[in-house]
Amino acid sequence: MADTTQDNSGSRGGLFGDGFDLGRLLLEGRAFFALIAIIIVFSMLSPFYFTVNNLLIMSSHVAIFGLLAIGMLLVILTGGIDLSVGSTLALSGVVAGALMQGVELQMFGVTLYPPVWVVAILACATGAFVGIINGVLVAYFKVPAFVATLGLLYVARGVALLMTNGLTYNNLGGREELGNTGFDWLGFNRIFNVPIGVIVLAVVAILAMLMLNRTALGRWIYSTGGNARAAELSGVPVKRVTVLVYVMSGVCSAIAGLVLSSQLTSAGPTAGQTYELTAIAAVVIGGAALTGGRGNVRGTLLGAFVIGFLSDGLVIIGVSSYWQTVFTGAVIVLAVLLNSIQYGGRKRSSPKTTGTPPSSTPKAKQA
Amino acid sequence: MTRDDGTPAIGDVVLSARNVAKSFGNVHALKGVNFDVHYGQVTTLFGENGAGKSTLMKILSGVITPSSGEIVLDGAPVVFHSSTDARDRGISIIHQELSLAPNLSVRDNIFMGREITGPRGVDYAEEERQSRALMEELEEDIDPRTPVEDLRLGQQQVVEIARALSVNSRILIMDEPTSALSASEVEVLFKVIRDLKARGVAIVYISHHLEEALQITDHAVVLRDGAMTANAPRDQIDLEWIVRNMVGENFDLGSPPEGHGIGEVALSIRDLDVPDASGKDRLAVDGVSIDVRAGEIVCIYGLMGAGRTEMMECVAGRLRSNGGSVTLLGEDVTRLRISERIARGLVLVPEDRQRDGLVQTMSVGQNLSLASISEFTRGLFTSNRRESGIVQDSIRDVHIKTDGGGAAIGSLSGGNQQKVVIGKMLATKPKVVMLDEPSRGIDVGAKAEVFGLLAEGARDGLAVLYSTSEVGECLSVAHRIIVMARGRIAAEFGPDATKEQIMAASGEAVAA
Repeated sequence: MADTTQDNSGSRGGLFGDGFDLGRLLLEGRAFFALIAIIIVFSMLSPFYFTVNNLLIMSSHVAIFGLLAIGMLLVILTGGIDLSVGSTLALSGVVAGALMQGVELQMFGVTLYPPVWVVAILACATGAFVGIINGVLVAYFKVPAFVATLGLLYVARGVALLMTNGLTYNNLGGREELGNTGFDWLGFNRIFNVPIGVIVLAVVAILAMLMLNRTALGRWIYSTGGNARAAELSGVPVKRVTVLVYVMSGVCSAIAGLVLSSQLTSAGPTAGQTYELTAIAAVVIGGAALTGGRGNVRGTLLGAFVIGFLSDGLVIIGVSSYWQTVFTGAVIVLAVLLNSIQYGGRKRSSPKTTGTPPSSTPKAKQA
Repeated sequence: MTRDDGTPAIGDVVLSARNVAKSFGNVHALKGVNFDVHYGQVTTLFGENGAGKSTLMKILSGVITPSSGEIVLDGAPVVFHSSTDARDRGISIIHQELSLAPNLSVRDNIFMGREITGPRGVDYAEEERQSRALMEELEEDIDPRTPVEDLRLGQQQVVEIARALSVNSRILIMDEPTSALSASEVEVLFKVIRDLKARGVAIVYISHHLEEALQITDHAVVLRDGAMTANAPRDQIDLEWIVRNMVGENFDLGSPPEGHGIGEVALSIRDLDVPDASGKDRLAVDGVSIDVRAGEIVCIYGLMGAGRTEMMECVAGRLRSNGGSVTLLGEDVTRLRISERIARGLVLVPEDRQRDGLVQTMSVGQNLSLASISEFTRGLFTSNRRESGIVQDSIRDVHIKTDGGGAAIGSLSGGNQQKVVIGKMLATKPKVVMLDEPSRGIDVGAKAEVFGLLAEGARDGLAVLYSTSEVGECLSVAHRIIVMARGRIAAEFGPDATKEQIMAASGEAVAA
């Protein structure tokens, strides 16, 4: 629909490429309308829903899903899928938790307490490492993305359980005299009353938008998902792009893990279970095609907000958690249904002026 | 399905197309064709790629419906609503790419979609008995329980035929049945065809191997550019007659550009070996050496499977070579990646633009700029202004008819899509450009434009290497014509060669 008829006047080029155009946003914005509808309906049902405080609390929940979903979007844009994000979130959180307890170096008989910024970097490195394994399996060993990342879903979760023996690190505060305080800053502090988690999400989203719209890598990601063979013959390093998107997804998961552990003031190996499905749902609700090549950060963020605001709204009006699950599922199916109507409709409406008969099988061209 | 007036005699017309036309958008694939199929005889359809053979066969077998004209079966006009409809009336088609499920057994394939069911589900014993009977009839020693993937291609072809026979087909259409067969398998197939003829089956046969087809055919029909150009029984025709009618007086695709001076050797391919993709010990390209000079246009002619595509994809860096070297402007690029070769000025315009050339999810402009992103990237970020400059230049230089860089790829005609792929590679400012079947699936006017672009490029010092399977296109802008057959260079000609010489060298006119 609207996203195929891109502005071609040559003057396009806001900071984010295709830009924030309200008209187009409304046109393509199923997710946007859904979000508005959710906010209106719950505001009528509960006086507490549409308050600044509640919106901020819900946003900090959304931040977790949003971070995972942006990483997931990058993978889905290349035509892949990353099922390991929930486990990576837990593993990174646990790594951070373990580091906060101090690293005992038996060889030297000392225990190191790394400062929080080192902890954050090492947690992100953990996520990146999981991403590298995913990416190398998919790109170089031709393991189907679904299977490779499903494997990592189990492995990362298992490693997290092994590291903690199934227990949860509850003491993440650090101690003044050790110089490792400040971990709770991510989850609890606010800047201008906005939770840090939401700000982190905004920063990651802006970086992802810039990357997708204004860098060569972004173009490579879209072309890899649109047609990897054509991209490869055009000089796109398809394999390296594939590895990179999984690494970025892993890092996004790790950031989400840090924010979540900080919000909960605990790092547990069972955190983030089934979050990968929520992230996929957010990407799909945001209009991305699971076949790759179509989708954007704006839609994905909207998708994350739709899911977050819906489930929190159901909690606020006191709907049982069983019904919450049903509603969430229905919204996801509806979104995918609209997607296929959108993309199916596009195929029908495109003029059949191609030189080859519509069937693109090799048969047709050897006539 | 016997007719009221008794059994038909050999040679009676059982199926015919009357003035059948078919258009896809504004491309006229068939322009009013008359075509007869004879009882107990083989009718062979000759024609170059894009002549409309497959379209006509799809109409006869109910896969597509004609835009106008009618189909007459046993003297009465019929309309096929689907291929199942046609099959129920006794018309079966065996496609060039076999439509068997490789994981299933011969029996399951033969009865796929019309399983014999009894009170206890599928009656496998009965299916097996019938399959065995069919195999005996075709004198092929194949166990019906063998998985199809374990069979040789020739045997798989026999399974396809058995499937067609199991529905009592009276009319059997075979599209290039020998293209993947060895010589001995072709013999088996021909024996089967003779048996079928004796049983009164009418056969429509399509092949590029002209002499091979002449061995088996009773009638010859030649199509060219969607129209029937000739039609005669076997005893009135010979090879030369077919070639003359197939090729005809071609649209003028230009002549080799002259007077700009041919430069140094730009691309030098030495003893290139490329393994066959099927993993057999065979080489798809076997010791090929080609030099192309700056400003020179070289054409590679060959049949399907001659190794043209493999050779070009290997030179471009997509396929690995088994041996040999590729030198670009004196630099050995044999070990470089695709992107590195593009950066050094060696590009490929692939054969199948839908599969290898275009990213359908991106706009015309994004496709055009895909291979030259570094040209409009400053530091970390791309420059929209410079990108649209490159896109505008490309659209103008290769004469793409589009609403602008933002238009969807699918809104362009085949010829313009092809120009997008060519424009994309030319935007990288290459020194050597290879084009694999650049004229495939585009109309004659667009062909002339594409060849005009090649001539233009050569005048500006570009080294051009293009491949074709249409002999008329060899004798256009090329300074030299290299004929490939079965992975090797079979012959080399100047621009004054005749079509017959080129076709003979390619093996097209010799029995496989």
